[in-house]
Amino acid sequence: MLTTILGLITIILILIILFQISKASEMLATLKGEDKSMNMANKGNALMFMLFLIFGLVGSVWSTFHYADLFLPVPSSVHGIWLRNMFFWTLVATVPVFIVTHIALFYFTYKYQHSKDRKSYYYPHNNKLELIWTVIPSIVLILLVYEGIRNWYKITGEAPKSSMIVEATAQQFMWNLRYSGADNQLGSKTVKNIGKDNGLNVLGQIWTDAKNHDDFLADELHLPINKPVLVKINSIDVLHSFYLPHFRVKMDAVPGIPTQFWFIPTKTTEQMRQELDDPTFNYELACAELCGQAHFNMRRVVVVEEEAEFEAWKAKQKTTYAKIKEAAAAESGTASAAEKEDETKEMSSL
Amino acid sequence: MAGTKVKLDTHTGAHDHHHDDHHDHHHEETFISKYIFSQDHKMIAKQFLITGIIWAFIGVMFSVLFRLQLAWPNESFPILEMLLGGWAEGGKLAPSFYYGLVTMHGTIMVFFVLTAGLSGTFSNLLIPLQIGARDMASPFLNMLSYWFFFAAGVVMAISLFVQTGPATGGWTVYPPLSALPEASPGSGLGMTLWLFSMVLFIVSSLLGGLNYITTVLNMRTKGMTMMRMPLTIWAFFFTAILGVLSFPVLLSGCILLLFDRSLGTNFYLSDIFIGGEPLVNAAGDLMQGGSPILFQHLFWFLGHPEVYIVILPAMGMVSEVLATNAKKPIFGYKAMVLSILAITVLAFLVWAHHMFISGMNPFVGSIFVLFTLLIAVPSAIKVFNWIATIWRGNISFTPAMLFAIGFVSLFISGGLTGIYLGNSALDIPLHDTYFVVAHFHIVMGMAAGYGLFTGVYHWFPKLFNGRMMNRTLGYFHFWVTFIGSYCIFWPMHYMGMTGVPRRYFQFDTFETFNVYQDLNVFITVAAIVVFFGQFLFVINFFYSAVKGPRMKNLNPWKSNALEWTTPMKPGHGNWPGAIPSVHRWAYDYGKNGHEFIPQVVPNGAVDTKEKNTKGAH
Repeated sequence: MLTTILGLITIILILIILFQISKASEMLATLKGEDKSMNMANKGNALMFMLFLIFGLVGSVWSTFHYADLFLPVPSSVHGIWLRNMFFWTLVATVPVFIVTHIALFYFTYKYQHSKDRKSYYYPHNNKLELIWTVIPSIVLILLVYEGIRNWYKITGEAPKSSMIVEATAQQFMWNLRYSGADNQLGSKTVKNIGKDNGLNVLGQIWTDAKNHDDFLADELHLPINKPVLVKINSIDVLHSFYLPHFRVKMDAVPGIPTQFWFIPTKTTEQMRQELDDPTFNYELACAELCGQAHFNMRRVVVVEEEAEFEAWKAKQKTTYAKIKEAAAAESGTASAAEKEDETKEMSSL
Repeated sequence: MAGTKVKLDTHTGAHDHHHDDHHDHHHEETFISKYIFSQDHKMIAKQFLITGIIWAFIGVMFSVLFRLQLAWPNESFPILEMLLGGWAEGGKLAPSFYYGLVTMHGTIMVFFVLTAGLSGTFSNLLIPLQIGARDMASPFLNMLSYWFFFAAGVVMAISLFVQTGPATGGWTVYPPLSALPEASPGSGLGMTLWLFSMVLFIVSSLLGGLNYITTVLNMRTKGMTMMRMPLTIWAFFFTAILGVLSFPVLLSGCILLLFDRSLGTNFYLSDIFIGGEPLVNAAGDLMQGGSPILFQHLFWFLGHPEVYIVILPAMGMVSEVLATNAKKPIFGYKAMVLSILAITVLAFLVWAHHMFISGMNPFVGSIFVLFTLLIAVPSAIKVFNWIATIWRGNISFTPAMLFAIGFVSLFISGGLTGIYLGNSALDIPLHDTYFVVAHFHIVMGMAAGYGLFTGVYHWFPKLFNGRMMNRTLGYFHFWVTFIGSYCIFWPMHYMGMTGVPRRYFQFDTFETFNVYQDLNVFITVAAIVVFFGQFLFVINFFYSAVKGPRMKNLNPWKSNALEWTTPMKPGHGNWPGAIPSVHRWAYDYGKNGHEFIPQVVPNGAVDTKEKNTKGAH
């Protein structure tokens, strides 16, 4: 509290000092003559722009290299590499423009500061020049559009037939990950069934749909390397966004409107750990669309592994259907087999 | 109309003999009709501006408060508890109030400060003065426009004090989050008030916009052809058209959202499980068939033109100030007008670039890529033309000029990053990261703010009876703000390139994003410095409005435009005698050795060898 008060007092003092300096300089200007003081102001500000240009350009280049280590590592997906190249070409198109226009802007500002001896040059337009700087940006932009749309169609185009199907269902504030099991098909579901079966049916799966029987839920998103994976994305409450930064994957989860994203992971978690020399590295799944007060907390670990490891992991997972049946059995305990059958029937009719 | 004119003329006659600050009983204007329910466009401009400044203070202060959380997530700040009470128990911001601050910051800055405060102020002040009209086409609607804005502000301010807090869904208020009170405390009464406030605001904006368009089209003085208008007027004109055509769409979006919230409809809701049960309609059936994406379309159909509504007036004023202070005609006047036109048309065709990964059909996305990158062309033309305008000029560095140059720099920096984000494929990794935050704050927030400062410093004498602002304070203000704004927003590009998502309360849950602690501190410190730097402006503004020295001559910047032909204290009606007529365009600077030739100077009156001059108008 004390530091806050001291800080505020300091700030107020600085403001008062600047105010007094400014008032004094105004009086000085009336004494010395308006022209002379304006002349000084012109020189000072022109110089400041020049310094700003130099320090600004040096600073922006320096800081880019300084922070480059913290940027996301080389993408771990096939389309991520395309996007990385696209980013590079966009840099090639924009950085020179950034530098040249800024040099022109601030250098002209400096050079053409007011002088009694200079007359400004009456130069209202030059059609040729304007045509040049209309056509050149247009061409560059059309090239970027072409490259962009080409990649966009490849990325959003149909997933390969061999893709493994995984589902991500968002809710406040977690991701539910469902694997399609042996049939590689997700069973149907409805929000009306959510929470049924003693709270075990978290997604509202419909048990009459046999495709559901081999589906299982997982706490981590496990993916085999170099295999296309098609993520079916949806939400049961508000908007969320399925975001895998290392794979350059992002797609909104929309209640009522299923979305999807397919990609091919190209590096296992283990490879990344070695490459980055960080034994605790993990791929992460996050939410990228504001979804409420714990939006920043929707984390899941993503594990990319060799296919054999993946299959081993998959073999250990228990289907939701089996879990529900087991729980029902445990509950009825001593109940007869006939009753058990009844229960299953009841469950299926949901 | 003629009758009004006569009446206005006698009005101004009365003004000339009396000081403004002492009341005169012969005068028919009362305190209320002069200062509160005024129909004088200059007074309404001041009302917009001062209300805008108050909102800017609130909006920017909110950003400083939530920046504290981002820089020092584990620290406690007793001052927060003092200011916010239960929302910051133990000096630590509650997540839901953090999102409330973020939402209010965005809403206030975009709508109340940069739309009403910028376009409202300067369209009102400059349209009649620069086209040579005594007032707006309908001064009464103009007055209503301000008071609807005021009412919108009151409702929004009330929403800050309700028990469940203000809206927390971000300034874009995407449903279902904003539609379901169960989804977030801020989606309760706070959200209803947000929508109600926005409806009032849209009414205000439409009343203003229709007035601006009518005035520009019908009330130009003799000789003021469209192609002789200063670029400021062109910018206000197209801004108004954009607003009139796009705000109603937001209105419909807001009203449908109100229906979903209170009347049990489901325009935006489908297959939702919230508060422990499925969302059903009155008949008990599951709500299905609504589309949250529909709201995004309706929102961004305004939301994107909105950024041009914010930036075009700034561009217009910057063009005017650059030409005036460089003492050169604006380069490529026709191209400038055409590029404003092109931006206005294209502005309607780019809205879905905010929605590339919203679940919208990817084919639709690709069309929006094309238009989005096309809009960079007129923007680029404008930048090149501004630079060509100062080339071989004779530049006086008034504070307005500094902000105009700063504007060009920011517009370049922020515009270029738009090329990344507007390309749908590249938008996949960058969407909703700090890269976006950096982009729109630089190109829209900061740049438009600089436009506002440019306008205030330049036209201050026209706002406050010939008083001038202190130049030196203006310089301090500019340099703190200019260096500071790059320090705040430049580093955010780096965070974006690490994929750090925006609207995160803290980053420690994720190893990937939790790598910028020192940079977050740096940004917050810069934000605090810039925030307090703005007091240099506020002090200067209010001090000069009361005690600033009056300008020594009626045209302190040696400008060609018409507003500088009005008297020191123009009354209601602007010109005491007849309205001057116009004989040339607004940009005869440096022509035939004349530093400037005001628009009112007839052709034979100055030594002109126009026929021999290159590109004469």
